[in-house]
Amino acid sequence: MTDTRKAPPQTSAQIRQPRLGLVGWLRWMWRQLTSMRTALMLLMLLAVAAVPGSIWPQRSVDPVRVTEYLRENPTTGEWLDRFGFFDVYSSPWFAAIYLLLMISLVGCIVPRAGQHWRTLRAQPPRAPRNLHRLEAHTRTRVDAPPEAVLEAARRVLGRRRLRIRAAEEGRELEIAAEGGYLRETGNLVFHISLLAVIVSVAVGHLWGWRGEIIVPEGETFTSQAARFDTLEAGPWVDENSIQPFSLRLDRLDVEFETQAGGAQFGAPRLFEGQFTTTDAPGAPEQRQVLGVNNPLHFGSTSVFLLGNGYAPVVTVTDSDGRSLGTFTAPFLPQDDTYTSTGAIKVPAADPQLGFYGAFLPTFGGFDEAAGPISTFPDLMDPRLALGVYEGTLFPGGRPQSVYTLDTAQMEQVTTTDGDVSRILLAPGETIELPGGRGTVSFDGVVRWGGLVVRHDPGRVPVLISSIVLLGGLIAMLTVKRRRVFVRVTDQGQATTDQGEATTDQGEGTADPGERHTGLTVAGLAKGSDPQLQDYLDALAEEITAAARTKDDA
Amino acid sequence: MTDQTLAQASDIAVWATMVVLTLAMLAFAGHLAVTGTRARDRSAAAPAQAGSMTSAGSADEAGSGSVAVLAPETPEPSAPNRRWGVIGLQLTWLATFGLIAGVALRGLSVGRAPLGNMYEFAIVAVMFTLIVYSAWSLRQDRLWLGLFITLPATLILAAAKLSWYTEASQLMPSLNSIWLVIHVTVATLSVALFTIGCALALLYLAKDRAETKGEVPHWLAALPSAPSLERITYGLHIVAFPLWTFTLIAGAIWAEQAWGRYWGWDPKEVWTFVIWVVYAAYLHARATSGWTARKATWLAVAGFGCIIINYAVVNIFFVGWHSYSGV
Ligand code: HEM
Repeated sequence: MTDTRKAPPQTSAQIRQPRLGLVGWLRWMWRQLTSMRTALMLLMLLAVAAVPGSIWPQRSVDPVRVTEYLRENPTTGEWLDRFGFFDVYSSPWFAAIYLLLMISLVGCIVPRAGQHWRTLRAQPPRAPRNLHRLEAHTRTRVDAPPEAVLEAARRVLGRRRLRIRAAEEGRELEIAAEGGYLRETGNLVFHISLLAVIVSVAVGHLWGWRGEIIVPEGETFTSQAARFDTLEAGPWVDENSIQPFSLRLDRLDVEFETQAGGAQFGAPRLFEGQFTTTDAPGAPEQRQVLGVNNPLHFGSTSVFLLGNGYAPVVTVTDSDGRSLGTFTAPFLPQDDTYTSTGAIKVPAADPQLGFYGAFLPTFGGFDEAAGPISTFPDLMDPRLALGVYEGTLFPGGRPQSVYTLDTAQMEQVTTTDGDVSRILLAPGETIELPGGRGTVSFDGVVRWGGLVVRHDPGRVPVLISSIVLLGGLIAMLTVKRRRVFVRVTDQGQATTDQGEATTDQGEGTADPGERHTGLTVAGLAKGSDPQLQDYLDALAEEITAAARTKDDA
Repeated sequence: MTDQTLAQASDIAVWATMVVLTLAMLAFAGHLAVTGTRARDRSAAAPAQAGSMTSAGSADEAGSGSVAVLAPETPEPSAPNRRWGVIGLQLTWLATFGLIAGVALRGLSVGRAPLGNMYEFAIVAVMFTLIVYSAWSLRQDRLWLGLFITLPATLILAAAKLSWYTEASQLMPSLNSIWLVIHVTVATLSVALFTIGCALALLYLAKDRAETKGEVPHWLAALPSAPSLERITYGLHIVAFPLWTFTLIAGAIWAEQAWGRYWGWDPKEVWTFVIWVVYAAYLHARATSGWTARKATWLAVAGFGCIIINYAVVNIFFVGWHSYSGV
């Protein structure tokens, strides 16, 4: 790899620089940028530049890990951040490389396309004088008159889809043909589709959006910009254009591995939601299944099921036994056994109450450091472990996450002994809060599905251009561009093989049935073509056979 | 859901394959030793023989009368020459069937395509490598390549058994897709081709260097000439590269269905892309004037290095959506 870094030879160009003038300079730069060497350098740079994005966490993939990294490595982290190492794929240096590559690509495609267009309309070039000087050639003798051999050769070459140069005076005894133009066509198609892919991706970024929402069983979600938990929209998205479909999660089926041991124990196995959906307000309801790898589509917007978890259902009453509300609070899984954390906020209480803690689908006791733990992701022996807080739930009216409790202006409730009050509930249980604050009942658990709603106008164009790209690639790598030259020599009834030296012999006058013809087939290929000789041998054989059958007929 | 008897049978088949492959490896090594020595002797003997013929002639003139000594040391017919190689090849065929059985049993035991974790990727990749080599050697003489196929195959199988082994089990839901089967099958097939391609690339580089220096060691002498090795290397890569391109596209389709985005610069996706770009650079370099075939071939080797990183390092150490190594 070390020697691949060698820059294109600048020294010789620098020597010429002073006399170039501005236009010459620009032309020189353009030629450098669009040369194959530069394209190659840029390709290798692109590969190298993509790597850091897999080493350091990326904001676009996992912002939490970026924050964590920055906290743990403040000094290096800050420097890395300054150079965009946490946003590699939107960093200026990454963009510079692919933009230069795109320009180089355009500069490469345009002249080549023009040239290919001219080639396609031009005749194949004439046969060189000495065919036996070509690297690949074959000679044989056919028992048929020259005209018959030429005729057979034309037929064989035509059948192989080679283009044949129009006959010329003085060159009646030879044929020049060329085939495999598809190679260059494929090359152009491939490089153009590469551009098309990049442009389509850009379209998707500019006009696409992605929203995330958690929907517990039994609840309905209507698609509107403000209703999403998070919404990332491209710069040119009109948020009012979001299609207002709605969906209700009727039931979520989840299964976990119970048989295999080791790391596979408890791994998710099935994950599927039954939904009732409408395309727009007032539209007829439909029942649909949404699973992993099986998204729902509303027009050009798709809904994916990406996460799942549990939402404990809790009822809180005040000291008089009046209900302060029943809450279905989604808790977020923290590990593979679905130890989940979440918050329940009771704004109607006076003073306001907040609960923060863990839900354990299969309660496995308390860990010294981690607190209550779950030992299996499914609902075998569920418990809800909560701490109780009292005070102001939304200090300053600031928006806050529904999954955590902002305890800045809250205090933990204590029991009469002065201990911190902790609640541990199984489904169906009710507990009295200390100090006559009322009761908390754990009514039951429902599951929730984490949905991703995605609108990407670049998706289909990307797919189509990638398929075209693959087709172009296959054509360019499999088709061989070959020139084939055929020359016959009338050998009359002579038995010696005089080869090409006899080209000038006049038309024979002997009986056609007894005439011999010398046949030379030679070829040239573009690029490496180990099969060229075999190909020519096969051609010669076919021509011989075709000339004989014609003759016999 | 998981049939443990079949899973055990699969494990036994894989172990047996490793034993047979080791024997094949020894036979192929023997083949190289024999044919390599011969090839060298022949080229070294060519001038010497001319010399000895004149001396024999003069001896004759001197009238020693002895006829027997004049019987020239004609090279034996090539059959015994190839004996070890043919044994190696037959053992390789046996190993190929053994591994096909191992993979099939594994698939049957879990009732799905056996492409769900690193252990399974590894054995399927080796299976494809062996199938490609075996099929290829039916059409062309590839005995000289055998050692360089069986050696990495054995090493990868050993690594798979010793450090990536995962109990047969069902799939995570996101892996349960027809696109998984398509994407991963083609990915392992192209990795198999790239593995053979890399072996050839290294052989070409070694042979080219030896030829330039003028001292070709025994084992290299048994191989085709450097330019023809280079052509074979390229020929293999132009098959593998479109397959990898397809892998990339199919992976994006699957990611779109499973995660709602076709491309997210997840570490695994980054490396798939890097591999694609490096191999594209190899093909480019070969067509770029000013780049020797040797320099270009190093890019092919670098591409394979990226495959190893993608496979062995990214799966285990990098955190990403593709965390299904099962280890
Ligand atoms: C954006 C990244 C690019 C990729 C991934 C790419 C990929 C490829 C591939 C795989 C080939 C096939 C080589 C072969 O025939 O073996 C090829 C050929 C070619 N590329 Fe590119 N290319 C890229 C950019 C460019 C640029 C910028 C240029 C112009 C400067 C260019 C010019 C060519 C030419 C002239 C050939 C034909 C070589 C031949 O005739 O054998 N490519 N490219």
